[in-house]
Amino acid sequence: MAEIQLRDIRKSFGAYEVIKGVSMDIRAGEFMVFVGPSGCGKSTLLRLVAGLEEITSGTLSFDGQVVNQLAPPKRGIAMVFQSYALYPHMTVFENMSFGMQLAGRDKAQCKQRVEAAAEMLQLTPYLQRLPRQLSGGQRQRVAIGRAIVRDPKVFLFDEPLSNLDAALRVATRLEIAKLHRSMHKTTMIYVTHDQVEAMTLADRICVLRDGLVEQVGTPLELYESPNSLFVAGFIGSPKMNFLSGEFSRPYDAHTIGIRAEHIEITPHGGHWAGTVVHSEILGSDSYVYLDVGSVEPLIVRENGVSGHQPGQRLQITPMEGRVHRFDATGRAIVASTMRGAA
Amino acid sequence: MTELSLESASAVPEARSVIGSDLSAQRVRSAWIFLAPTLFVLAVVAGWPLLRTIYFSFTNASLTNLSGAEFVGLKNYLSWITLKSGRVVYSGLLADPAWWGAVWNTLKFTLISVSVETALGLIVALVLNAQFPGRGLVRAAILIPWAIPTIVSAKMWAWMLNDQFGILNDIFMGLGLVSQKIAWTASPDTAMIAVLVVDVWKTTPFMALLILAGLQMVPGDIYEAARIDGVHPVRVFCRLTLPLIRPALMVAIIFRMLDSLRIFDLIYVLTPNNAQTRTMSVLARENLFEFDKFAYGAAASTMLFLIIATITVLYMWLGRVNLEGER
Repeated sequence: MAEIQLRDIRKSFGAYEVIKGVSMDIRAGEFMVFVGPSGCGKSTLLRLVAGLEEITSGTLSFDGQVVNQLAPPKRGIAMVFQSYALYPHMTVFENMSFGMQLAGRDKAQCKQRVEAAAEMLQLTPYLQRLPRQLSGGQRQRVAIGRAIVRDPKVFLFDEPLSNLDAALRVATRLEIAKLHRSMHKTTMIYVTHDQVEAMTLADRICVLRDGLVEQVGTPLELYESPNSLFVAGFIGSPKMNFLSGEFSRPYDAHTIGIRAEHIEITPHGGHWAGTVVHSEILGSDSYVYLDVGSVEPLIVRENGVSGHQPGQRLQITPMEGRVHRFDATGRAIVASTMRGAA
Repeated sequence: MTELSLESASAVPEARSVIGSDLSAQRVRSAWIFLAPTLFVLAVVAGWPLLRTIYFSFTNASLTNLSGAEFVGLKNYLSWITLKSGRVVYSGLLADPAWWGAVWNTLKFTLISVSVETALGLIVALVLNAQFPGRGLVRAAILIPWAIPTIVSAKMWAWMLNDQFGILNDIFMGLGLVSQKIAWTASPDTAMIAVLVVDVWKTTPFMALLILAGLQMVPGDIYEAARIDGVHPVRVFCRLTLPLIRPALMVAIIFRMLDSLRIFDLIYVLTPNNAQTRTMSVLARENLFEFDKFAYGAAASTMLFLIIATITVLYMWLGRVNLEGER
């Protein structure tokens, strides 16, 4: 169990400031996901928590104890790297036990813990293999196993799925979710640029942008009430539709955002009208791209297989209360001030 | 290697190898075409002289009469006559104390110089592998001793080591380390040390560079994993770095060993005609061109070739066995 507090954390590499004052609380036992586009500082923030990088200013504390100056092994953390970072010349067993042996634990206990972790991750048949004799998914499991045997208070993941293929990514995502459930006392911090991973795994998500926290909240909070254009565009797939100019004026906003699943195709009397330019049919649902005169085509989700042909004109209406309004700086306009909307 | 290719060849199904035969024949043909120029040049500049030397070592050739050489069998290597008194007198290279002295000198020189260079090269490489300002400059600067032609650096050091005017004697006298000027390159006690010092000075950068290349192949993230695991830096070096750079280290040691075993130029300039530093190459050259014992020198050259070949094969074989022993 560890509660993690970040207070005005800053990190500079030379004159370049990567983390520009991050403050947040990560609750004990929570699965926190740092998400953001590449270069937003999410990996750096994780490395600061790990102790692999030195904090330039601010305080980082675990359970109220300041750990800024504490070396990584003393923080009670374990980390899974994007590239697995396995020791290439050691077997799976040695990889998992290397850190423990040094910690001065007796051999039997060490062996027992490695075997328990291997059992949990279905690695038992591979304990005597070298990393290069394993598939990508198995290697990632070894990396996770190596972290588990450390019995950490805080579990850190740095984009652990990005080197895996799509099918394996989904499977490993499930494994990690299961792992979190079985290690419910362990605080986990997970870095990814993939919002689907963030949505599916997180208790809470922290969206980062240019070294600053954009919004922290549960996946649904971020999905339902993003507090900025950036978060609105980043969370959710397909991307939220943004409209401005004459489309947003009736809503008294600079820009309005509406998700594809919150637009209804109406037979007549629609709020807007547009021409079908393209349809993506995924089987369970379809995405219809409509040219309504905005900069980018509007994406509309339809259940099942869409029968609309390119060139066809459609009337559409946004669902009530599902329109997000943003001011000129990209901040969300709070709902209570909303007036005169459709 | 051979085992592997045999295995994979037999694993290929019959049908596929028939279909692929046309294509593979073409590939084999183009491989030979690409290899031919190299093989030709090698045969002319390495193969032919080697064969000629081996041939001359079985003759009584002299520098003035190479074409009139007659075959004498193994006489240059070893021959013996039994005197009337019953005493057997051996002659030839293998019975020549000068030759064995040279062999011993060479081995001693190789063992010490390569060991010291490996240790120092490793330290230098580890330093150069670290991040610090001005690293590029230091990397370039450290190569300077290696870039200077051996003859030039040998002459340079000869002056520094000079007994009358050398700066080393001056410094050591000034510091009170020696009570009288030492003839570093001429004295039997110090000649080998002088040669070793210059060789280490000159070739450590080369060693460091090869090891550095190996160090840079080691993925950086495993060091971070080790940091999180809380592994002591010394253990990180012994358990992670050293095993992972071993292939590069092996190559570097082979290169340096081959160089050291045929050391000639440095000794020729720094300590000529000194029994303490006479190596196999120096001895071969003396016989070939100075003593007018061309065939004898050729026999020494052939032996030198055989010794180097044996040591190299042994070293590589031992290295491979070890590698597999460790999985």
